[in-house]
Amino acid sequence: MLAITRAAIDLAALENRRSGDGGVVTFAGVVRDTAEGGRSVVGLSYEAFEPMAIAEFERIAAEARERFGDLEVTIVHRIGELNAGDVAVAVVAAAPHRDAAFEACRYCIDELKRRAPIWKKERYADGQEHWKANAARG
Amino acid sequence: MQIRVLAFAHLREALGQAELAFDLPANATAGDAWAILAQRLPALAAAGPSTRFARNGALVSAQEPLCEGDELALLPPVGGG
Repeated sequence: MLAITRAAIDLAALENRRSGDGGVVTFAGVVRDTAEGGRSVVGLSYEAFEPMAIAEFERIAAEARERFGDLEVTIVHRIGELNAGDVAVAVVAAAPHRDAAFEACRYCIDELKRRAPIWKKERYADGQEHWKANAARG
Repeated sequence: MQIRVLAFAHLREALGQAELAFDLPANATAGDAWAILAQRLPALAAAGPSTRFARNGALVSAQEPLCEGDELALLPPVGGG
């Protein structure tokens, strides 16, 4: 499943493994209560260009299968108003063996953060807000 | 020609709306559309030096020619995850 949702993400419900999968790696990206620099964060507002984000998830999942072999990939990103502690994104990679599952899960979340047309605004305890872009990774 | 402009995140806020219909001269490019919008809306220009463009859902360069009825999305640096 590749999806953008406004509903809370239920990690247990996403574990989509096949009978031949011996390794399942789940990554959950959770809203922190502290921004860089120690500023107190109340929550995040996410928005997405949904059709393009889903198309990007499809490309990323296809690349993961090309690189790491037979995989079941699940990517779900939540949008809307999230509070500290909420799950913002989940990636589940299920593969026959653990190496591929770990590597594919890492690949998918890294590429999602780099490429998916999704944006977040940090909402601080003092009432201020700031659109926060992901750091470029080499 | 008329196109539809979509804006996200701080570009949406600078534009004051998520979507607008926009008239352009024939043969205009994505970069031309941006330049015209930014000229009308200084807040957009200030917000957008690193803006990328998607034409009908696919990333394109500023040199991409536009056609009647196109959807041009203005994409700030992403922040998902």
